[in-house]
Amino acid sequence: MLDTGQLDNAKSMSIIVTKGTLDWAYPPFILGTTAAAMDVEVTMFFTFYGLVLLKKDLDLGFSTLGNAAMEMPMMGGHMKMPNMVSMLPGAGAMAGKMMKNLMAKKGVASIEELREAAIESDVRMIACQMTLDLFEYSKDDMIDGIELGGAATYMETALKSDINLFI
Amino acid sequence: MADQTLNAQGLNCPLPILRAKKALKGMSAGQILEVQATDPGSVADFAAFCNQTGNELLASTTEGDLYKFEIKKK
Repeated sequence: MLDTGQLDNAKSMSIIVTKGTLDWAYPPFILGTTAAAMDVEVTMFFTFYGLVLLKKDLDLGFSTLGNAAMEMPMMGGHMKMPNMVSMLPGAGAMAGKMMKNLMAKKGVASIEELREAAIESDVRMIACQMTLDLFEYSKDDMIDGIELGGAATYMETALKSDINLFI
Repeated sequence: MADQTLNAQGLNCPLPILRAKKALKGMSAGQILEVQATDPGSVADFAAFCNQTGNELLASTTEGDLYKFEIKKK
């Protein structure tokens, strides 16, 4: 919630959210919720693969494919996740499960929890209308309280924002 | 003496900050919130949070693996 005492010098931030995998969902939600907690007005614009982060049913996974730098802590060491692992049947689901377990163990918030915090702190969330049409989603598939908009809607906000991020 | 204590032990970034913000929202100006955290990153983060929001960081102490912050609500 924006602290009204700070309205005169309120800062603002916009984030374009383009990725919807478990690992890439964290940076925009962590920064968005923290900025809101620091009295920053936050707008998040969800487009392309980022749109799924607004779905009522979140089922986020991720791939070890192309994550060349990824290492998972294992038995006191670190294990590389080579691209080849991603070709094994069920590897994606297993990697997602391992990551979620690890995060819970380390007290890292779930994406559901961070999204809830974003809603509670009045983060403005805009779903890209074009992406909805493209991937054949309806507004009913998405959580309540979001807006629909396009590039011009984003630009109007971005032009007035102190910080604009593309993630 | 703190008016309210928040146990944020075991929570990782950014949860201690988010929980602290939530707790402060329910308090009145001048009241003091004590936050107990185990995230080493929270030391720098609570300083930055208080700098930005204008809430006063009265104390930031370390007792072994436990970090304690006293925040006076603006």
